[in-house]
Amino acid sequence: MQVTSQAFKANAHKALGDDNLKTALFKLQHHFTNNRTRAVEALPEFERLRDRARDIKNEVLGALDFYLERFEQKVAEQGGTVHWCRTPRQARETILSLCRSVEAKTCTKGKSMIAEEIALNPFLEENGVQPIETDLGEYIIQLADEPPSHIIGPAVHKTLPQVADLFLEHHKRYGKTERQTEPEALVGEAREILRQKYLDADVGITGANFLVAETGSTIIVTNEGNGDLTQMLPKMHIVVASIEKIVPTLEDLSTILRVLARSATGQEFSVYTTLSTGARQSADLDGPGAFHVVLLDNGRSEMIGTELQELLRCIRCGACMNSCPVYHAVGGHAYGWVYPGPIGAALDPKFIGLEAGQHLPNASPLCGKCESVCPMRIPLPKIFRYWRDKAFEEKITPLPQRAGIGVWAWFARRPELYRLASRLGIGVLGRLGRKAGKFRSLPLASGWTEGRDLPAPEGRTFHDLWQERRGRRGPPKSGDPFRKLFS
Amino acid sequence: MSGRDEILGRIRAGLGRGALEGARRAALEAKLANPPRNLVPARAAALDHADQVELFIEMAGKVDTQVTRVKDLAEVPGAIADYLAQKNLPTEIRRAPHPLLDQVPWQAWPTLSIQTGRAEGADAVGVGAPLAGVAETGTLAYASGPESPATVNFLPETHIAVLRAKDVVAAYEDVFARVREKSAGGPFPRTVNFITGPSRTADIELTLILGAHGPKRLHIVLVDDGEG
Repeated sequence: MQVTSQAFKANAHKALGDDNLKTALFKLQHHFTNNRTRAVEALPEFERLRDRARDIKNEVLGALDFYLERFEQKVAEQGGTVHWCRTPRQARETILSLCRSVEAKTCTKGKSMIAEEIALNPFLEENGVQPIETDLGEYIIQLADEPPSHIIGPAVHKTLPQVADLFLEHHKRYGKTERQTEPEALVGEAREILRQKYLDADVGITGANFLVAETGSTIIVTNEGNGDLTQMLPKMHIVVASIEKIVPTLEDLSTILRVLARSATGQEFSVYTTLSTGARQSADLDGPGAFHVVLLDNGRSEMIGTELQELLRCIRCGACMNSCPVYHAVGGHAYGWVYPGPIGAALDPKFIGLEAGQHLPNASPLCGKCESVCPMRIPLPKIFRYWRDKAFEEKITPLPQRAGIGVWAWFARRPELYRLASRLGIGVLGRLGRKAGKFRSLPLASGWTEGRDLPAPEGRTFHDLWQERRGRRGPPKSGDPFRKLFS
Repeated sequence: MSGRDEILGRIRAGLGRGALEGARRAALEAKLANPPRNLVPARAAALDHADQVELFIEMAGKVDTQVTRVKDLAEVPGAIADYLAQKNLPTEIRRAPHPLLDQVPWQAWPTLSIQTGRAEGADAVGVGAPLAGVAETGTLAYASGPESPATVNFLPETHIAVLRAKDVVAAYEDVFARVREKSAGGPFPRTVNFITGPSRTADIELTLILGAHGPKRLHIVLVDDGEG
């Protein structure tokens, strides 16, 4: 997809004024976070399972070469083929040539973030293969010609009337001329239309939540059953997955599955967890005749052994965005590339370049909510700081900001001056704002005052108040952590 | 250089070593050959079998799945006919050619019309025999094979599972132990399906709707014949 991350600020500004989006995001925030909390409370072992899940992925990343080779060997033993693709372009071309090998005219698709990452749909369309998204959310945004705005709820930004309009516009040609307004009727209409697409498709493409080295299995986790119909009815099943999706054994898979659904939708378990291993066997009555796994690297192998390696533990559950105050305010499209929310802010600069993605790691108050809910315990705020440092070092950060940080740093290294300057600043602002109690606009702070008033300071610095309070209480104990900071 | 070699080469460079060899490799091989269990939640694993069956029924109920308990296979057709009548559903059934379902005296219930084999697009009711039921989350587990075509579990609007109570297990790990045992020495089944309730979606304004693409209804007939 077209990268618009460089325009994050403008995107976010626009999103903040979108009332439909605001309603959708408010719902999402409560829906997913409450469900997650309930599911976590119902499983006393949850925190220990998170620890184990993190350790499993760390073990995988420490021997990823070994596990990938074993996975390939097992897929081959089951009559399937693994295709190793370094770049999105290689992956797209591999998939197209597989489609052409069975003269495919249409292919159904299960939900796949990797397919978004490699921009598969427009490429297939240009080359005469019609891709049909079957996950309801993906189907809606395919009709709307938009990218997904959430990892597990791609159309979460769309309202019911918007979906009703889209279906009316696009389903006329199937004889559906009445505008449905109830969710149940809309789901029923999509079910009916897509059912025929499954039966007609020549190829089914799915993603994979996991790849199991022990057995050569690819795993999808869905609630709709669309991924299953996608892969069991056509002649060929193509799985597109990135290299870090490996887990060693079925036992390790069980452990990570226990944290996935609870973190994602707050379900105890998703409706369908499906292991697909090779092509149909000679005596089977159904299933695809051919099985291919397109393995994508796209720079992930370079992340091994670096500060970014921990991102490769991500299982794409979406818990970080469900909990993120920034995502709640601006939604997924503002981030401007495939992966939105905190995981996107940490991952996208790697894929689209730090220059284009520089705003994303800054779009965080570093509140740590994302890390606190991440089932794989990925230290997302630490990675935001890594990118911020890097942007500063590489002089990607804009000059006024760099200069500002420089001035601040100069004072910060001179505590006496810092105190004096802040006392002066606060004092002046306090007197100026005493009457109104707030500032409607302020030079150098327009970024703040454009959207809201700045409360006027009371006239004294935190440090002065602290000194006074401590004076009242008597001297601090020697272990007082503030002693070093403020004396 | 092939994509494969390049990717593996970069991973090894990142890890600061060549291909994995020696004791480290042997340890990983040993783990794959004999996978150890991780922490399994006590919720089901700590119960005796009778309580696991109760938990299975309770958890299935929480995901919109009704369970009817019967005493033996002879009662299965009646239980299915009652369920279909109660929901006002068609009585044309597509059943998996599974040995357990072969033992069911279908002919005793002439109101049910039974076809055997894989499901087609027009089939209204599918009846399958899962490998196991998982008490932990009220989940059914199917392993595909000539006796258990996956289409039966997904294409019809109504899915009915005939499960023996003795096949209720505690955890997903117990299912995998059974699949490994079943496929020992041969290929792994093409498909292993864990199914927890009927198909659902919340993709329109987070409103929960049952029956997105898979079955709209899921019903379990639990055969508690005192065996096992």
